[in-house]
Amino acid sequence: MSATALSVVPRRRGNLALGRFLRHRLALFGAAAVLGLVLLCVAGPWFSPFGPLTIDLRHRFQPPFVGVHWLGSDQLGRDLLVRLLLAGRISLFVGFAAMALSTVVGVLVGVLAGFYRGWTGTILMRAVDAVLCFPSIFLLLTLAALVSPGVVTITLIVALTSWMEVARVVEGQVRSMRERDFAVAAEAIGVSDAHLMLRELLPNVLGAIVVAATLNVARAILLESYVSYLGYGIQPPTPSWGNMLNASQEYLGSAPWLAIFPGVAITLAVVGFNFMGDGLRDAIDPRLDVHR
Amino acid sequence: MWRYVGQRLGQSVILLVLVSMIGFGLLYLTPGGPMSQFTLTPGMSAETLAQIAHQMGLDRPIPVQYADWAWHLLRGDWGRSYRDQSPVLSVILSHLWATLELMVSSTLLAMIIGTWVGVLGAIRRYSVADYLATIGAMVALSVPTFWFGLVMIYVFSVWLAWLPSGNMYSNGASGLVDYIRHLILPCLVLTLVTVATWSRYMRASMLDVVSQDYIRTARAKGLRPRAVLVHHALRNALLPMITIAGLHVPTLLGGALVTETVFTWPGMGRLFLDSIGYRDYPVVMGLLMFSAILVLIGNLLADLLYVLADPRIRMA
Repeated sequence: MSATALSVVPRRRGNLALGRFLRHRLALFGAAAVLGLVLLCVAGPWFSPFGPLTIDLRHRFQPPFVGVHWLGSDQLGRDLLVRLLLAGRISLFVGFAAMALSTVVGVLVGVLAGFYRGWTGTILMRAVDAVLCFPSIFLLLTLAALVSPGVVTITLIVALTSWMEVARVVEGQVRSMRERDFAVAAEAIGVSDAHLMLRELLPNVLGAIVVAATLNVARAILLESYVSYLGYGIQPPTPSWGNMLNASQEYLGSAPWLAIFPGVAITLAVVGFNFMGDGLRDAIDPRLDVHR
Repeated sequence: MWRYVGQRLGQSVILLVLVSMIGFGLLYLTPGGPMSQFTLTPGMSAETLAQIAHQMGLDRPIPVQYADWAWHLLRGDWGRSYRDQSPVLSVILSHLWATLELMVSSTLLAMIIGTWVGVLGAIRRYSVADYLATIGAMVALSVPTFWFGLVMIYVFSVWLAWLPSGNMYSNGASGLVDYIRHLILPCLVLTLVTVATWSRYMRASMLDVVSQDYIRTARAKGLRPRAVLVHHALRNALLPMITIAGLHVPTLLGGALVTETVFTWPGMGRLFLDSIGYRDYPVVMGLLMFSAILVLIGNLLADLLYVLADPRIRMA
């Protein structure tokens, strides 16, 4: 450590601006990555000459970046790129749908628990604490293995294991908002509980909900890919990024690209949502910024 | 202090009862159920099925089954495995050490690297290295752990052929060197997530500390910057990290499960997957309970150690 080691406490103006710029940049990069992936996955397969299930045994294990298969072909000679994009549709759909569901459940539980303190709130929040005691992957795998897998059931299960954070955030905010003058005033003029919750309190918590929801998409994509990788999630021949990795494991030595590209796709999507969520959090409440 | 400990212990026990009810309810009410393995077997008549259900006690109401399970839990054997009738607790304990070895080794590694990266990021805030560390941590938290494991296997086992790709020992081999060679890859993979979290919080904590008056005093006294950093700043910055370590237990356990499945490490994660595959409900339920207990112990220790370590917090 040099003598200057501890003397950087006062922020330098130029660097601070650089920091803001860069953080903003990261959030923008995240948004661009997500938007790009969504567009590619939705529209991309239409422009591909290959079908996702077209088997071509004479052209198995074509390496990427040479020849007609841009990202190579798999053990059955199917085009990897078109499968990757179709898998992206499924994985992104599960991510968004699970996020929507878990947000609805989390907001419902959080608003009710924060609004009705006393027994209702205590019971609801203790239930949240209890579910949080299970590492979510354990819970997820148990349910996924027992229920017959499919896109809808996996979405439900992922949502079921990721609503608790939203509930906690919303509960805390609603509880403190309730005491503010505007809420007390609204209560005093005699609006109904439902009106107070939905029209007065909820809009003030929206920022925190958006942040939590964005980060939840990332989480849902990760969870889905892992369950599918283990074979309990989306079942082939429907491709998902997770089950493509499962199939690729056998050919790790001879055709590593089959494992690398799906993983890169997952990472890109998850990084995108995480950067976006982080940028949104900074924008909404700078005090919560752990990166400072 | 002791009253506080008692209070927190009481809360944890109540929470644990709630946890067990939720876990049991989810497990036994989910379609499928312990009987599903038999209903799929061809040639099973309805009478035989009913008889099996009766023998296994599965025809009783769920609350009765729960009470029975809870009684076994309190008696200490946690029920019997469907696979070989051995007590669930001993099955879990026989897989516990492998998981703990993985968790402890990776946590130690992550703490050493994470503290260093975090401190460096704090004292050279907004430097290029700091930004790289920030972005690196975010990416590390986004990479799917199992895929990172696969990439490590490809690079170090398939391509370079330096390290084994799975298991705890080579066939027929034993001994420390062989063990460590098998431990390196899974340990590194599990370290990735922990180090990202740890370095972020370490940096934030260090930033809080270095802006305090006593650090300025220490520097004004003319102490060497290194002495100020290590003896005054770092010591206090590490305090809140106790809480972080305690609250990190669920993530770490989940990560260990994922890592174990990729590297066929014979720990609780492997046991969990095997038990799910066999529909071995008592073991699955036992593992859910066991992990919840570990998580609660982590929370409890985080709170209690913090009180012990920080004299500013006095319990009435």
